[in-house]
Amino acid sequence: MVKFIESELEQLNKEIDEMWILVYSQLENTREAVLTSNKGLAQQVIVREKRVNAFELKIDSDVEDLIALYSPVAIDLRFVLAMFKINTDLERLGDFAEGIARYVVNKEDSIPLDADLLKELQLEKMFDEVLSMLSTAREALRQENIDLTAQVFEKDNILDELNHNSTAILTEYAKNNTDQIPQCFGLSSIFRKLERAGDHITNIAEEIVFYFNAKILKHNHKALMDDMIS
Amino acid sequence: MEIIKAQNVNFYYGSFHALKNISMDIEEKSVVAFIGPSGCGKSTFLRLFNRMNDLIPKTRLEGQILINGQNIYGKNVQVDQLRKEVGMVFQRPNPFPKSIYENVAYGLKVNGIKDPNVIEERVVESLKGAALWEEVKDKLKKSAYALSGGQQQRLCIARAMAVSPQILLMDEPASALDPISTSKIEELIRELKKQVTIVIVTHNMQQASRVSDRTAFFYMGEMVEYGRTKDIFTNPEKEATQNYITGRFG
Repeated sequence: MVKFIESELEQLNKEIDEMWILVYSQLENTREAVLTSNKGLAQQVIVREKRVNAFELKIDSDVEDLIALYSPVAIDLRFVLAMFKINTDLERLGDFAEGIARYVVNKEDSIPLDADLLKELQLEKMFDEVLSMLSTAREALRQENIDLTAQVFEKDNILDELNHNSTAILTEYAKNNTDQIPQCFGLSSIFRKLERAGDHITNIAEEIVFYFNAKILKHNHKALMDDMIS
Repeated sequence: MEIIKAQNVNFYYGSFHALKNISMDIEEKSVVAFIGPSGCGKSTFLRLFNRMNDLIPKTRLEGQILINGQNIYGKNVQVDQLRKEVGMVFQRPNPFPKSIYENVAYGLKVNGIKDPNVIEERVVESLKGAALWEEVKDKLKKSAYALSGGQQQRLCIARAMAVSPQILLMDEPASALDPISTSKIEELIRELKKQVTIVIVTHNMQQASRVSDRTAFFYMGEMVEYGRTKDIFTNPEKEATQNYITGRFG
């Protein structure tokens, strides 16, 4: 016989997964919209952000009900708390996707961004790493595979480095192309948002580990990875 | 400092091995909850602390139970004296067929206190300590049976506390009570902890998590896990404990 709480937990799991897929698709479309200056696609991302917000509220409410009605403990409690926090992080990722999409929509022309600049900045790689982190974190939860979370932490270092490099590249480019300064500001903002997205996905991975191991590893990724290696 | 120390305790009902090699320490002025499915041995273990199982024929105990360092199953132990130090409250309130006042005064009289002023002082103190005084102060001469179930249970706690025990054993003390009365008993446990060590058997997981400092999970006569309540209910070490407290047992 399936316990009442189990079906509720399974429902929460499904909802988080749907939210995850929705947010992933938002970031994927944003990537495409930026790289191809596709205003239509960017507009679509902005419109769908309302769905992300509504989904977040629905999951928040379901978590509240679950705690009030079923009083989860031990691994169930950790799962519910982890999903509650992951929900918030996913919503923030949705905000970043929307913010970047607004840049595309508000850009004065539809002329694609300087291809050489984008190549040097490795913007495409930055997007791909964010998407890969999000996808890896989802797999970690689905497969209950803690090793995958270590990959998420490692990839976050790549984002930090790409973001760091972007500042020097954009500064140099702006000096030589003063008419492109607004574009440089826009790109700098995109990098910062993607770097912050990486931080939120790292939070998600931490919550997954908390659920699996009940280890609180805020600011302690290295110790976790050392633990897992040993 | 531990007040109760159980060492390699085995207990048998005839040939049935009810408790299997249990060792545990209970800290002074703490609340320890025993949880586990029916028949797991938790009440049997509890009743060893004031030798209530002595009354059951064909039982046998191996190992030692020390209270304040003294083996309570030693030859020189006076059981009535032990039960003064280790009071007990049962699942169903069991007041005597006497007045409210006499219920609380009874234990004092049995223990040789004759001065009516001392008795009165202790009765009032005990009823206040059991959070019952305000409800009964105007009807002390009325029968204890006139009280509600929750009040009767608090009266039984007052009766147990009147003789100033060091330890209070509670065997599902709120399982027959409504939520309000249950909440009063739980608040009382928190208060009484300042004076006595409390060991409580409960089937109510939330009650165990609310009132106790440490929790022991029993299963089929074994103590599977014993630790801080906070750890047991957030991150138990044993899978069996996790399955039990999350309701997935068996």
